[in-house]
Amino acid sequence: MSDPLLSVSGVSKRFGGFTALQDISLEIRAGERFGLIGPNGSGKTTLINCISGVLRNDGGSIRFAGRELGGLSAHQRTRRGIARSFQVPRPFRSMTVLENLLVALDYAVIGHGLSAREADAEAMAILGKIGLAEKAEALSAQLSQVELRKMELARAMAARPKLLISDEAMAGLAGAEIDEVLDTLFKLNAEGITVIMIEHIMQAVMRFSQRVMCLDAGRVICEGAPQAVMDDKRVQEAYLGA
Amino acid sequence: MRSVPFLIGAAVFLTAAVTAAFVVRNEYVFFAGFVILQFIVLATAWNILGGYAGYVNFGTSAFVGVGIYTAVAVFKYAGAPLYLQMLAAAAVGAALGLGVGLLTLRLRGIFFSIATVAVTIIAETLITNWKFVGGATGVQLLRPPPTAPFESYIKMLFVVVAVLVVIAVALARYIQLSGVGRGLRAVRDDEVAAECSGVPTLKLKLLACAISGALMSAAGAPAAMYLQFADPVSAFNLNYSVSALAMSLIGGTAHWIGPVLGAILLATTQQFLTVTISSEVNVLVLGVMLVLFVVGAPDGIIGLAKRAWQRWGRR
Repeated sequence: MSDPLLSVSGVSKRFGGFTALQDISLEIRAGERFGLIGPNGSGKTTLINCISGVLRNDGGSIRFAGRELGGLSAHQRTRRGIARSFQVPRPFRSMTVLENLLVALDYAVIGHGLSAREADAEAMAILGKIGLAEKAEALSAQLSQVELRKMELARAMAARPKLLISDEAMAGLAGAEIDEVLDTLFKLNAEGITVIMIEHIMQAVMRFSQRVMCLDAGRVICEGAPQAVMDDKRVQEAYLGA
Repeated sequence: MRSVPFLIGAAVFLTAAVTAAFVVRNEYVFFAGFVILQFIVLATAWNILGGYAGYVNFGTSAFVGVGIYTAVAVFKYAGAPLYLQMLAAAAVGAALGLGVGLLTLRLRGIFFSIATVAVTIIAETLITNWKFVGGATGVQLLRPPPTAPFESYIKMLFVVVAVLVVIAVALARYIQLSGVGRGLRAVRDDEVAAECSGVPTLKLKLLACAISGALMSAAGAPAAMYLQFADPVSAFNLNYSVSALAMSLIGGTAHWIGPVLGAILLATTQQFLTVTISSEVNVLVLGVMLVLFVVGAPDGIIGLAKRAWQRWGRR
């Protein structure tokens, strides 16, 4: 079997006396659709903050595409192919949707050699795929919630990632909107992008993921096929607090 | 292509400044004009960090003071000519800028601003205790004769600062239009998102700090020869910090022209009031105008103009 795309081993993260992550290990193969679940405060976002470089892990190692990420800042990791969206959308509010994507394209894809027009075209193509093309010239501060979530995914895509981490891209969305975002993620995955999905909406995770991991209080409590994880007693206890 | 009107504007401005230096006889015009041009540089420099990157710097006076005293030091030590004084000041200003830039690693928003005030106090204290440059009592400087073809030193200083204005505005404009400008805007809007979009935020902030600092100190340097005197209290006067900030905000921070307009408007008003009423009143006017703009036109003169333009276009 080939090496995993992302390999996290023994990662811990403490905030003062609080242990947010303890000895987390996981491996994700290229092209996989991976679901990360767990109750609020279980450490899902902390884990992806450590992977994307927003936070530094205290112990353990994170390897991506065969290289150790320790010591690399977030922008260097983005340039190596890890892109993410945020749980609470973080648009560049003074910019149009198109410009939001151009930031990622210009800065994450070093030496892309595109002319300004070609860069515009690539950004527009991504917006078209995600269904935001008609909003390209709108200020990102004026977008609706679902549009912001899509823009975050589009901006992540503009960085031409190998791995896309979607942090609750569907939180607060209604049924049809969830399907839209889910479709988008399926499409991206079909193009060969590995996807980690963090989500509270169980049907979405179940439908999307090939493999699911559940965190609780900073530890891995279960990992496996979606249905098996769902049926696991510990998972049910973590969620229902039994 | 879109640089042509700008280049023409810069050429016209420089030609006018040089022509004035040889045609206008009244020296007071240049005495006042020097201050106005100096503030255009300061406001433009402030905006590179404060406007584009969103880091509000209250330390303009630190950079101006350090610029003045660098000029004093190299003049006293080696009799360096004006342009060397300014180059040395720019180098020291850039270094100080890098230091201030490192503060952004841990401090954001108001905390960064407070730290820059502290930088001013530290710099002023150091200079006050440095005997070679006169300490607290200040230092008298005897300026050399002006370089040909200028027949008066004030006129020469005026033209030199006019050149610095063109350099500063051209740099600010270049930064705004280049990819660096977009990166700095991303930093201002959301630093974490910028970093996760591949923007090397620290590098860009350090670059902005260094350029901004170099320009501020270079603009401060000629003040030594202008006054033929330097003392820590006036060199590190808080007025520089407040004015540079107010001019940028009043003009508008989103575009390079904003600080230029703000500086022309405010500095001219101040010069006028200083002569006609008193130098205390001009500080009051600055404060009142800042409040009016922050409440009534948060995007400054540029914002007002844009709105007027859109209303006109709809008709």
